[in-house]
Amino acid sequence: MIGILSLTTFFPLVGVAAILLLRQFAKGDAEALKRNARWITLVTTLATLALSILLIANFDPAQPGFQFVEHLNWFSGASYRMGVDGISVLFVVLTAFLMPLAIVASWQSIQERVAEYMIAFLVLETLMIGVFCALDLVVFYIFFEAALVPMFLIIGIWGGKNRLYAAYKFFLYTLAGSVLMLAAILTMIGVAKTSSIPELMAYHFSPTMQIWLFLAFFASFAVKMPMWPVHTWLPDAHVEAPTAGSVILAGILLKMGGYGFLRFSLPMFPSASTYFTPLIFALSVIAIIYTSLVAFRQTDIKKLIAYSSVAHMGFVTMGIFSGNVYGVQGAIFQMLSHGVISGALFLCVGVIYDRMHTREIAFYGGLVNRMPWYAAVFMLFTMGNVGLPGTSGFVGEMLTMTGVYGASTITVLFAATGVILSAVYALSLYRRVVFGEMVNPKLSAIADLDLREVVIFAPLIVGALALGVYPRLITDVTSASVERLVDLWRAGVGG
Amino acid sequence: MQLSSALSIALPELILAVGALVLLVFGAFRGDRSTTLVAVGAGLLLAVAAVAAAVGPLGQAFHSGFVEDQAAVYAKVVIYLTAAVGVLLGVPWLKRVGNHRFEYPILILLSSLGMGMMASAGDLIALYVGIELMSLPSYVLAAFQRDDKKSSEAGLKYFVLGALSSGILLYGASLIYGFAGSTRFVDIAASVQGGVAAGVIFGVVFLICGLAFKVSAAPFHMWTPDVYEGAPTPVVAFLTAAPKLAAMALFARALGQGFPGAVAQWRQVVIAIAIISMLWGAFAGLAQKNLKRLWAYSSIANVGYALVGLSAGTQEGVQSMLIFMTLYMVDVTGFFACLIALKRDGRNMETFQDMAGLFRERPGMALCMTAFSLSALGLPPFSGFWGKFFVFKAANDAGFYWLSALGLLSSVVAAFYYLRLIKTMWFDPPPAGRIDRSPVEASGTAYVAALFATAVVVVLGVIEPLARTAAAAFLGLG
Repeated sequence: MIGILSLTTFFPLVGVAAILLLRQFAKGDAEALKRNARWITLVTTLATLALSILLIANFDPAQPGFQFVEHLNWFSGASYRMGVDGISVLFVVLTAFLMPLAIVASWQSIQERVAEYMIAFLVLETLMIGVFCALDLVVFYIFFEAALVPMFLIIGIWGGKNRLYAAYKFFLYTLAGSVLMLAAILTMIGVAKTSSIPELMAYHFSPTMQIWLFLAFFASFAVKMPMWPVHTWLPDAHVEAPTAGSVILAGILLKMGGYGFLRFSLPMFPSASTYFTPLIFALSVIAIIYTSLVAFRQTDIKKLIAYSSVAHMGFVTMGIFSGNVYGVQGAIFQMLSHGVISGALFLCVGVIYDRMHTREIAFYGGLVNRMPWYAAVFMLFTMGNVGLPGTSGFVGEMLTMTGVYGASTITVLFAATGVILSAVYALSLYRRVVFGEMVNPKLSAIADLDLREVVIFAPLIVGALALGVYPRLITDVTSASVERLVDLWRAGVGG
Repeated sequence: MQLSSALSIALPELILAVGALVLLVFGAFRGDRSTTLVAVGAGLLLAVAAVAAAVGPLGQAFHSGFVEDQAAVYAKVVIYLTAAVGVLLGVPWLKRVGNHRFEYPILILLSSLGMGMMASAGDLIALYVGIELMSLPSYVLAAFQRDDKKSSEAGLKYFVLGALSSGILLYGASLIYGFAGSTRFVDIAASVQGGVAAGVIFGVVFLICGLAFKVSAAPFHMWTPDVYEGAPTPVVAFLTAAPKLAAMALFARALGQGFPGAVAQWRQVVIAIAIISMLWGAFAGLAQKNLKRLWAYSSIANVGYALVGLSAGTQEGVQSMLIFMTLYMVDVTGFFACLIALKRDGRNMETFQDMAGLFRERPGMALCMTAFSLSALGLPPFSGFWGKFFVFKAANDAGFYWLSALGLLSSVVAAFYYLRLIKTMWFDPPPAGRIDRSPVEASGTAYVAALFATAVVVVLGVIEPLARTAAAAFLGLG
């Protein structure tokens, strides 16, 4: 049966159809087309947000299993299955939440080929929501892989100077990872004779096979995440992507990797996950420390934030593989909080980039004199990025480290230095951009946030603070599913 | 067996043979004025033959030399319909370039007749006759632009190398006959049941090499890029699609029905050819500037994937090969239809540079070509993904994990040149000169093919069981 999940997933395509029709039949006035395309997209994404809120309002957090399950027969190899549990439903909401903000953020900065831009984002939204809702391996793979194309176009068409290189790198890196996952998916269907994710969670693969399958999935998710040392596509992609592209990339696309670990690696290959946990911990710690140091040396604001994303994702992988409820809860929390905070940081960069068309840190300085509101907003999200108590960043790091402490003390010891390092690079960025004397004469006329930008930041501020002050907003929804997940893993390892 | 029942079994081919001869005489009397009429007649004949194959009786005729089973029906319907598209694309194109000759549709008819024979071949003689009947008209077709040096070169090259491969194939067939004592696949299978004689293995290897040439699998692919570059574009659209399916069908039947006891032996050769094709097609394509050459390499790589499915040696493998080839045929036909539809200032658009900025000038065509490129790259949800999905699933289920991993990784290499095409169309600024009006038959074909390539997700449940039945018949299981 088809229900609200499919509706939420495919609703953005309605907007695509509307824009296409408009393009076809309302020829002539290019400005009107641009304006209408923007409004159609905004309304569509807001409607999708409403649907996703309806979804979570009807979601029963006490139940650990999949809800709103839909099932349609398709062909002998797979069937169309959708459903969400406590883990995935929040990602659906996050996607639907960030999307309208991304659209508003591109309202003025995108003036070329607006209709195509909006179509690319709407298609991307469908694919991203689909990834989190799919309950069939093949369906999941379709959404996961197809999301490359709109992002490739977004970076390649509306990106910066070096966009071509970044677009190719993004596409080929991710593709190389995911074809290996495809090989693993085909093997799993062949061995288990089913492609249904809930059934596969209950299936026990032999330990040797688990190792191989785990590695293949790992190749895909580690690139997507991204984990050190396969993270190098991310800074390039972020720097070249338009602001909204960066927001979606950091906010949602990266989360597909973490979500994949939670949905596939842990429950389906428990013994391999345990086997590889030391490796993951090591890579996570390297990611946290190394990329934090790299971030500190950056001269481009966006690149700095991109590296900080890699460092924060290190906490996520670490938490996921800690093997206890705290760690996994923390990882999910960290992903959602990072989705809000890094999205907001990229938007902060976008604000000054729109005005000055450069992202060089050295260009700026003393912005607080001219842009007090901007300085306050940027401060809040910088603090969130550092993990100041009261912001959502704190809760995520706290929970993951508590969880990992139970698994490996030494890992936490190293990871905790990452918290300090993040303060080093984030605060020094803030100091160099916002404080100090305003020496650059070009900055003397820079304007503070306008109404449109305030509208973008307001929900993000509310989100970051609300999650920081009252984390149970998230943990209450996820706890039942996470406990089940951890039990499954324990059973797989111990049993 | 009654002659009448034998004739009714071979009815689709009889329709084509008699029809082609009648049209030939008609055309010879009326001259080139009759081209359009002949083309319409050829299209109708192909459609009727496809229907006759679909609804006609199954069975064996002419001492099992001619087999009409589910497998042959599947292949024939697909082949005849694709050939009809070849006529549709070719005749108006030739008219525009001032080469409006009535032989073109007739050559396509005769070549399709050969392909029908290949799909139905039950013994080595029918196999050879089918291949020759398919090949000879295609040599002429490749050289159809006879005032064009490149086209003549393409025809000559194709002919010389094709004749060589036919020789190799025939030599293999004679070895097999000598050691197995029969030309019929069923008898050969019985004779190699106990153990495979060295002579038979030699014969099979030669047979495979000859067939590999026809499907342009590396290392027997040398003719492909040159012929594709030189031959008229609609001919290329025809050559990349139908003959390849026919040859792959023959591959499946000859190896599946003739040598089921020697799977371990022929599989090694097929796997080797598959690997070389996938890798060569992926790497050599990176250096291409001409789109027709590029798609020649793309087709080499894709034939490699199809051979992966075949090498599994199972019903699932043959099924995957059939699905793969069918979906791929739609892609290439669509892609070449786009090339036919596009001209700038009266000049053909064949290189990457010509495609620059196409999205701004012809968004529809650019979208179609993007869909075909992504499909050939195997990205979901486009049709090419499903081809790869089934092929590599079959390989995995047969235990060839490394083979499918290798194939998938080679597709990442190939991804670069498809992406480059997309990049050129979407990101680059268009060059000077206006794009001419697109001919309706070519752009229409492209749109239909693109729609199919995108929407195949929905109809997968229809194609998949058909191909499964056909695969069973190919292996003599059905």
